[in-house]
Amino acid sequence: MAELSYRDAVAYGIAQEMRRDPQLVMLGEDIAGAGGVFKTTVGLLNEFGPTRVRDTPISEQAILGAAMGAAMTGVPVIAEIMFSDFLAVCFDIVANEMAKSRYMTGGQMSVPVVVRTANGGGSRFGAQHSQSVENWCMMIPGLKVVAPSTPADVVGLLAASIRDPDPVVFFEHKSLMATKGDVPEGEVIDELGQAKIVRAGTDATIVALAYMVPRALEAAERLAEDGISAEVIDLRTLVPLDTNAILGSVAKTSRVFTVEENPRLCGWGAEIASIVAQEAFWDLDGPVVRITTPHIPLPAAEALEDLAIPSTDRIVRTVKENLD
Amino acid sequence: MNTEMFDPELMDYANRDPRLPSPVDEGNADLGIDLEQRLDLYERQQVLRQFEKRAYDMFLQNLVKGTSHLSLGMEAVSAGFGAAMRQDDYTFATYRGHAHTLSRGVDLGPVMAELLGRENGLLKGKGGSMHLTSVEHGMMGSYAIIGAHLTIANGAAWSAQIRGTDQVTVCFFGDGTTNIGAFHEALNFAAIWKLPIVFVCENNLYMEYTPIDLITAVPNPAADRAAAYGLPRIIVDGNDADAVYMTALDVIAKARSGGGPSLVEAVTYREQGHSRADPGKYRPKEEVEAWKGRDPIPMYHQRLLGLGVSEGDLAAIQQDVARRVDEATEFAKAGAPPGTEHLMTDVWSDGGAAWRN
Repeated sequence: MAELSYRDAVAYGIAQEMRRDPQLVMLGEDIAGAGGVFKTTVGLLNEFGPTRVRDTPISEQAILGAAMGAAMTGVPVIAEIMFSDFLAVCFDIVANEMAKSRYMTGGQMSVPVVVRTANGGGSRFGAQHSQSVENWCMMIPGLKVVAPSTPADVVGLLAASIRDPDPVVFFEHKSLMATKGDVPEGEVIDELGQAKIVRAGTDATIVALAYMVPRALEAAERLAEDGISAEVIDLRTLVPLDTNAILGSVAKTSRVFTVEENPRLCGWGAEIASIVAQEAFWDLDGPVVRITTPHIPLPAAEALEDLAIPSTDRIVRTVKENLD
Repeated sequence: MNTEMFDPELMDYANRDPRLPSPVDEGNADLGIDLEQRLDLYERQQVLRQFEKRAYDMFLQNLVKGTSHLSLGMEAVSAGFGAAMRQDDYTFATYRGHAHTLSRGVDLGPVMAELLGRENGLLKGKGGSMHLTSVEHGMMGSYAIIGAHLTIANGAAWSAQIRGTDQVTVCFFGDGTTNIGAFHEALNFAAIWKLPIVFVCENNLYMEYTPIDLITAVPNPAADRAAAYGLPRIIVDGNDADAVYMTALDVIAKARSGGGPSLVEAVTYREQGHSRADPGKYRPKEEVEAWKGRDPIPMYHQRLLGLGVSEGDLAAIQQDVARRVDEATEFAKAGAPPGTEHLMTDVWSDGGAAWRN
C-alpha cells in the first residue's frame, strides 16, 4: 500500500500501463514538458520520452482525430483534453466519429482511445472551466464513461479503460486532485461497469459520482448521528451502468437519492430514476429524489458556486425532509 | 462591407460567368508513363464510371435509398492516386467515397450491395453509401462530417510513424472542406509532426450548391492556403489521370521517405449535382457543357489511341468492366435485407450493444 494523491495517481496509472504496453502513446496540450496544467502527467516525458508523450497545439479536433486514427491502425492512445468543457470544440470526433465507427463499419473498426479530461466545479473557474459534462458523453451510443472518486480507482479504472478496446471518456475531477488515498502495491487493474457500495445502510440509498462521493459519505455520517442509515453507492462508471448494484440496494433500503454535479436536465440521475421507477417501483416507499446542480451555467464567485453544487448540507437536508 | 456577396444577380449562380476548364495539356502524353500503367489507369476510370452510372440507374429504380454522392467526371483523381498507392497505404475519404473505395481494389459487389442496404454489403448494410470502409484494403473509412477525417487521417499517419512502417496516408476531401477549422488544425498538425500524409483537395468548384470562389478568401481554396503551413503550392489537372498519377507518385514518395505532408489541389468538376436530391441547376449551362467536353475518360481514350492502342483493346477493357458491374449488380440484388439480429451488434468490442447489466 502506498498513499498517493488523486493527482499523482493519474501519472502512476498511466505509467503502469505505458510500461506494460510499449505501443501505448499519449498526446495533449502541455502534457509533456509542463507535466499537465493539473500536474497529472508529471514524470511521464522523462520516463517514456517525447515519441510516446507528446505536446500538441491548442487543436482539440486535431488531438482527438489523431488519437482515433492512430488507435484504429494499431496504436492505442491516451488523449488529454485539458478541461472537459473543451470537449464541445471536438465533440464531432467524440460523438460522431470514435463512438460510431465500429457499428457503422459492420464491426471492422476498433478505436482503443482513452480521452482523459479534467471535469467539474469547486475551483471558482466560472462557467467555461467548471462544468460537469459526464452526461454529455453518457447519451452517446458507443462511448464508455468513467469518473473515479479515489486514487485507487483512478489507477485501476485507468488501467481498465486503457485495456478496453472501445473509446472511453475518463473524467478526472479537479476538486479531488489534492485528496489522498491508499493504492495497492503491484499492478492495479479494476473493471468498468462495477459500482461500489462505499458505505452500507438500510434506510436510504444515495447514488453518487466523483466529487459527490465524499460529500455523500459525509452526509451519510451526519445522517447516522440522527439515526438514519444511508447506503452510499459510488457509481464509478456511467457506461456501462451497474444497475444491479442500484436495484439491489433499493430492494434493501426502499428509498433512492441521486447526488449529481451535472445541471439538472438529462443528468445521469434521470436515467437512474427512470430505471428504478420502471424496475423497482414496488420496492419503493417514496419518490426517487434527485439532488443536482440547478439548471444554470456555473457561476464563478465562491458564494454562488457553493450554492449551486450539491453540498453535504443540502444532501443531509434533502434526505431528512424526504424520509420524514 | 463586401456587398458583392449580396448582389442578387450574382447569387443567381446559374447566370454567372462560367468557370471554364483549362485545355488538355497535350504534353502529358509524354510523361514517361508506360503503356501497361496507362491501360491500368484507363481500366480504373472505366470501373468508377460504369459503377457509378449503374448506381445512379438504381437510384432511379428506387433500389438505392437514402442519399448518395457521385464522383462522375472526377474519376481521374481517385484512379491516379489509387494507382500510385502501395497496397498497405491508407485511404481516407468523404461521403463522396465510392470511387476512392473502388480504386483501392475493394470488390464491386459488396459496395453495390451496401448502397442497396443489403446484408451482403461491405458494412452489412449498417453504414450505407456515405461510410464505405474496407480495413483489409487500407480503405480506412468514408466520413460524412466535413473536416473530421483530415484529423483522423493524421492519426493513421502518426501511427505509421510510431510503428516505423513507411506506409503513407492519402486523405481526399472537397473544396468546401478548406473553410472549416478542422482543415487548418489538421494541416498545421501534420506539418509540425512531419507526418507521412498527402491531403488531396478535389476542387470541383462547388461547395454543395454554392460556387466555392464566392465563399473563399483566395482563388485556389487549398493551394493558396499551403504556404500558411510551410507547404508548397501544388495544383494539378484533376481531369487528366496521367497528371494526377505523376503528382501522386511525387508526393507519396516524399511522404514515404520522411519528407512530411503535402497538400494537392486537383481541379475537376462533378458532372452531376451534389447528391441524389440535387439536379445541379445552379450552374451555368455553358460551364457544365464545357466541363463535359473535358471529361477525363474520352480524353484518356483519345490519348491511348494516339499512343497506338487499338479501339478493339479499349473496347475489350470496357466490356470486361461492364461484365463486372453487371455481376456486382446481380450480387447486390440477390442480397437479403440485413437480418434483425444485426441491429444490436457491434456497438462494443464484445460484439453487443449492452450499456448496463
